[in-house]
Amino acid sequence: MATTTMSDFRVDPVSGLKIHRTANNLVKANAFAAVVFLLIGGFFGLGVALTRMPGVQLLKPEMFYLFLTGHGVVALMVWIIFFEIAVLYFCCSHLLGSRIATPRWAWLGFWLMIIGALMTFVAIVQGNSSVMMTSYPPLEAAPHFYLGLILFAVGALIGCFVFLGTLVIAKEEKTYGEGSLPLVVFGAVTASICAIFTIAAGAIILIPTFLWRVGLISHIDPMMYRVIWWAFGHTSQQINVVVHISIWYLIAGLVFGAKPMSEKVSRGAFLLYILFLNLGSVHHLLSDPGLSSTWKIFNTSYMIYLAVLASLIHGLTVPGSIEVAQRKKGLDTGLFTWLRKAPWGNPVFSGMFLSLIGFGFIGGITGVVMSVEQINMIIHNTMYLPGHFHGTVVCGTTTAFMAVTYYLIPVVFQRKVALAGWAKWQPYIYSLGSFTFAIAIMGAGTMGLQRRQADITYAGQSLAYQYPELGKAMLSIGELGGVVMAVGGVMFILIVLASVFAGERIPEGSAPWPKVEDADVVFAKKGGVNSADAGATVPGKKHIGIGGFEAPGTFVLAMILFATLVLYYFINFKYLSTIWTLS
Amino acid sequence: MGNSYTTPTNRDWGREPIERTEIIWITIAFLWCLFMFGWMIAWHWIGNQNMKNEAYRTTPEAYSIKLADQLTKYPVRKDEASGEDVVMPPPGSDIYLAGMQWQWRPIFELQKGKTYRLHLSSLDVGHGFSLQPENINMQVYPGYEQVTTVTPNKSGTYGILCGEYCGGGDAVGHHTMLGRIYVKE
Repeated sequence: MATTTMSDFRVDPVSGLKIHRTANNLVKANAFAAVVFLLIGGFFGLGVALTRMPGVQLLKPEMFYLFLTGHGVVALMVWIIFFEIAVLYFCCSHLLGSRIATPRWAWLGFWLMIIGALMTFVAIVQGNSSVMMTSYPPLEAAPHFYLGLILFAVGALIGCFVFLGTLVIAKEEKTYGEGSLPLVVFGAVTASICAIFTIAAGAIILIPTFLWRVGLISHIDPMMYRVIWWAFGHTSQQINVVVHISIWYLIAGLVFGAKPMSEKVSRGAFLLYILFLNLGSVHHLLSDPGLSSTWKIFNTSYMIYLAVLASLIHGLTVPGSIEVAQRKKGLDTGLFTWLRKAPWGNPVFSGMFLSLIGFGFIGGITGVVMSVEQINMIIHNTMYLPGHFHGTVVCGTTTAFMAVTYYLIPVVFQRKVALAGWAKWQPYIYSLGSFTFAIAIMGAGTMGLQRRQADITYAGQSLAYQYPELGKAMLSIGELGGVVMAVGGVMFILIVLASVFAGERIPEGSAPWPKVEDADVVFAKKGGVNSADAGATVPGKKHIGIGGFEAPGTFVLAMILFATLVLYYFINFKYLSTIWTLS
Repeated sequence: MGNSYTTPTNRDWGREPIERTEIIWITIAFLWCLFMFGWMIAWHWIGNQNMKNEAYRTTPEAYSIKLADQLTKYPVRKDEASGEDVVMPPPGSDIYLAGMQWQWRPIFELQKGKTYRLHLSSLDVGHGFSLQPENINMQVYPGYEQVTTVTPNKSGTYGILCGEYCGGGDAVGHHTMLGRIYVKE
């Protein structure tokens, strides 16, 4: 076993964490690579937005399809997975105070991901691989398009195993005491398990597809490809959900000293993800030939919606834990005092809460509704699709990743956040753009506008179809939101670059930053009784909340979400019932 | 004590009681999950819009023969918009539509309120059948023939667009892939 000395670690003045230097370098490298790829992916995205905006139509169709392929691959896979590897390493090493397992393997994984991403990027830019991120055969991309993805996936897989290995070390060396893993790390474990399944599925389909392109296999069945590819394509997006929910919990702990309302409930919800989340890849196959309704219904519902239940639970317990913490710290009046007096000028918190709202109300509700077997027919492959998944992956995941970056800059990069005035506004500008984009283009999709279209006017075609004006207007509004989103994205990247290269250094051994006290500690000092400690009521001791609810404000918010979901569900069935009879 | 990113201080956290807010929410959420699951199944009986999920293996060659047969079997007129053939199959018949780079063929004339067995397949790559303004969307693949029983409930001119990216260049390609269905009273 490798020996570690004290100089392999430093005690971070910002967070108080004992940080393994090698692990820290790995987090730095992966997070920084992520941000560079976000810049590239965002650039492609802006090109797409400016082409789809009626009246602007910046790019010609061929270039548009190239940009759209680039945007999908770089933004959806490369940026997010690099950042996720950084988060995994941060969770297993920084949060547990452990050295990282097999750092050489971790670096190998990193470089494989870099080489793979660049290889695929080059294939796309060369122009003969405009097959979209999904690369459905028999459409053909250049062989190195697939090879790059395979190398990237192998690199990420190594990262997952380094993460698991580090957990073993941390447990063996008792770096985090004797008890269970912290909830945030438990969430990261969930993500890594889903990731291993996902990457394996990607390898199972991309390796034969690569062999097909170099002539060693004669035929790839398009349906088989779709079934397996989506086990990779969809599940990789569900890893994002698990990771950004873990980040929500982390930020609730960092900013408010919050702990989970119930360890059992939050961990149980993560467990439901492990068991059922992967079934969701059938959402993409609901209108495909050759699959039975029984199979579709079982899978599309994640077996009786148990993974949806998990998300609904986290949607309550994350803000609930914040509310409980705030009330314990003295903001125990009214329904929403705790929320009103939250630090809205701190981008770590504001970004996290916008991510929560955006993911729940935009990505979450629409995801549940569109994955109904029958509703899917009036949504499949319309602009509603990109609207929905920008609701999850941008409004939810990317916003959460940006929020936690404002925390990682001082802790990992040992720099103060530069352009702090900008940082305060960045989450709001970015979310204004992404919320508008997602909602408006979903509206356009409901009006029938198809996704992945270079020209929605079908100019000059004898059988041209005219979309409703309202649909086109919605698309214009949405793409305008896309431009606002790009502004917020550029702000983020400038803040990161300015901080990392020119931010004020935080020298090792400098005075510790004031730490947020655990809400339970504050409450106990005030004579309150923490429910987890005593359980039953103790006469004469203080309790929080209203009417026996410790988090009544959150409960009201959750009921608003619930009412919106139910209403939207039935609106869609009403709309469905008016179309042609299909049986 | 503790917080969400530290080890739970109570090692026996499994026995901690669950607070009322959570219990009530989980109950409501779970009941709704059960309802949604049941409703999706029930819609197969109470609803009129369901995937038939009847599908067959085929080949582009075999499907092309069916398309050609259809042209000879059923009355045909010339389309005023495009000058192309419009096939007018009798109600109740099997009708064959093909996606190909970059058009949907043939053009159909159907009757409102009558039922047809619509076959969908592709002659080359994957396409997306998208009937507008109804906004009915289905995936179409070479080698697979999917059958759906359709009953148009309104008359009018319907566009068929392509919902799955299917290649092409600046002049023609995925974004110029169109077809049409006329529904007469």
